[in-house]
Amino acid sequence: MLAYAIRRFGQSFIVLVFMSFLVFVGVYAIGNPVELLVNPQADEAERIRATAALGLDKPFLEQYWGFLVGAAKGDLGKSFVFNVPALTLILEKLPATIELAFVAMVLAISLGIPLGLVAGLKPDSFVGRGIMAGSIMGFSLPTFWVGLVLIMIFSVHLGWLPSNGRGETVLVAGIPVSFLTMDGIAHLAMPATNLALFKLSLLIRLTRAGTREAMLQDYVKFARAKGLPQRRVIGVHVLKNILIPIVTVIGLELGSVIAFAIVTESIFAWPGTGKLLIDSINQLDRPVIVAYLLVIVSLFVVINFVVDVLYSLLDPRVRLGGAAAAH
Amino acid sequence: MSGPPLLSVDGLRMHFFTKAGVVKAVDDVSFAVGRGRILGLVGESGSGKSMTGYSVMGLIDPPGRLVGGRIVFDGQDLTRLDAAAWRRLRGNRIAMIFQDPMMTLNPVLRIDTQIVETIRAHADVSHESALARAREALARVGIASPDERLRAYPHHFSGGMRQRVAIAIALLHHPDLIIADEPTTALDVTIQGQILFEMQKLCRETGAALIWITHDLSVIAGLADEVCVMYAGRVVESGTVAEVIERPLHPYTRGLIDSVPSRNERGRPLRQIPGMTPSLLELAPGCPFRERCSHASAACAESPAVTEPAPGRCLRCFHPVHA
Ligand SMILES: Nc1ncnc2c1ncn2[C@@H]1O[C@H](COP(=O)(O)OP(=O)(O)OP(=O)(O)O)[C@@H](O)[C@H]1O
Ligand SMILES: [Mg+2]
Repeated sequence: MLAYAIRRFGQSFIVLVFMSFLVFVGVYAIGNPVELLVNPQADEAERIRATAALGLDKPFLEQYWGFLVGAAKGDLGKSFVFNVPALTLILEKLPATIELAFVAMVLAISLGIPLGLVAGLKPDSFVGRGIMAGSIMGFSLPTFWVGLVLIMIFSVHLGWLPSNGRGETVLVAGIPVSFLTMDGIAHLAMPATNLALFKLSLLIRLTRAGTREAMLQDYVKFARAKGLPQRRVIGVHVLKNILIPIVTVIGLELGSVIAFAIVTESIFAWPGTGKLLIDSINQLDRPVIVAYLLVIVSLFVVINFVVDVLYSLLDPRVRLGGAAAAH
Repeated sequence: MSGPPLLSVDGLRMHFFTKAGVVKAVDDVSFAVGRGRILGLVGESGSGKSMTGYSVMGLIDPPGRLVGGRIVFDGQDLTRLDAAAWRRLRGNRIAMIFQDPMMTLNPVLRIDTQIVETIRAHADVSHESALARAREALARVGIASPDERLRAYPHHFSGGMRQRVAIAIALLHHPDLIIADEPTTALDVTIQGQILFEMQKLCRETGAALIWITHDLSVIAGLADEVCVMYAGRVVESGTVAEVIERPLHPYTRGLIDSVPSRNERGRPLRQIPGMTPSLLELAPGCPFRERCSHASAACAESPAVTEPAPGRCLRCFHPVHA
């Protein structure tokens, strides 16, 4: 287990280094941020001074080396635009994004699995068909469009929910969260629903397919032949088996929900990392872009690790480390 | 042995109503089995043996449906039971063992969970006493060091061991009737013999009735008291094992017996029944075996009725082999 963890994180480290290099090359190739930063009327001497101040006068590889040395000490560089450490900038915005992503995921899971079970158990019923039709909508309607419609209905017409910002927050362990105040919940409701919709549809389909398949298995028939009540057959025998793929997908989707909350954050002016990233790309603020991607990839790594551990807890046939897949 | 049999199935019909048409998987099947008796249900793949067993267990799922007949078990007609009453019966008074032991145990639940839940589904006992009973149950089917085995998962067990666990689960509540659906087919020959022997012994000891489903007539020969030969969802011939095997009347039974390798006729090429089982989807009227039958005549375009050529024997054929 420990050896497995070390190996996993070692591999991830290589990925992080490789990725930071790619981003460096990418942003370097796009253009010179100094053009965007200095006053358009500035003279040549001032440009040179600004370039030197940001360290952009050095050869590319030297710049990258400088970054690696800094990163090893936990310093990912300062934002060109705000002149504060890039990491600080991201960590300030990250709680908002993570909160939004978690609430969306909790919504998707707590609705998606039960609805998928119902649709899988009664695929030909009116309810089963209705759930599937709904999930097709959730899949095919574009996120930004749904977000705008939500705002139209609930903010503009009905005036029930605020359309932007985080609302009132309280500090929990030094981190501001919205979901503990009524105002915060009102602000969270629409963006979280918007972000959850696609994942909800995905989970419904996944659960439904798994349920339908499991119901045909001999072990379900045997469980029924033992005289177990229906709720135990479904709630334990079926659910525990279909949870294995579902947990994997939830893990992967949690990462992507954090990473790609950008659209939802933009529509609802949610003050998270998505908006920060868009702004940084527009201004070629390389340290922030690199730091953002490093943080997101690290999150993915941690989440995937947790998923693997959960997976091995759920499925006794899986041993961590891939060794001795005993069959 | 007198009095009414423990289970009597009378004119059972179970059809699948699929989009492509009606599949008459069980079509007018009748048999009876008494306490302490073993009934063999023999037939080729697809002849409706499993579906007959599932019907008695109340485990028919849509698009399948019971469309006729009675299943009288210990005086009550099971076809009239509601879901809750059927649940109380299953695993308690009627138990079933399936064909493929690799598939019947839930792969993600420990053996103790799977046994204890069965005990507690029918008996109001504590987890601890259920666990003690689980231990005894494993020991009874010859599993060594049951304590350790209880905490294992199915994938730690071989096929034969898994089938023993399934048998132990089936026997937990001393059922009056056990339906064994080809429980040894997936196992190798020595294990097959052991399990056959032990099942027979356990049934004799507990006085349970046993329905043994198989496609292998030679298994039935040494095991069962009575036999029903099924073809295309119908019972084509039935009687005591000795009589049916010594004096088969239906050409299909004859064909089955001829295709079993026998010791005193070494070197004789095995005779196969020509042709294939017909599709049960929208099966034409008449004897379903007539296409493959050397005795068939124009009369066979009509469905033969059930006759009783000798006391205790049933036959569905216009042209019996011996008579
Ligand atoms: N869900 C279903 N829909 C339609 N037809 C079905 C369905 N399940 C089974 N059948 C049909 O029911 C018939 C009887 O099946 P059954 O499983 O009882 O055969 P069997 O005698 O047990 O065969 P085997 O020896 O292969 O187990 C088969 O012809 C099969 O095609
Ligand atoms: Mg079968």
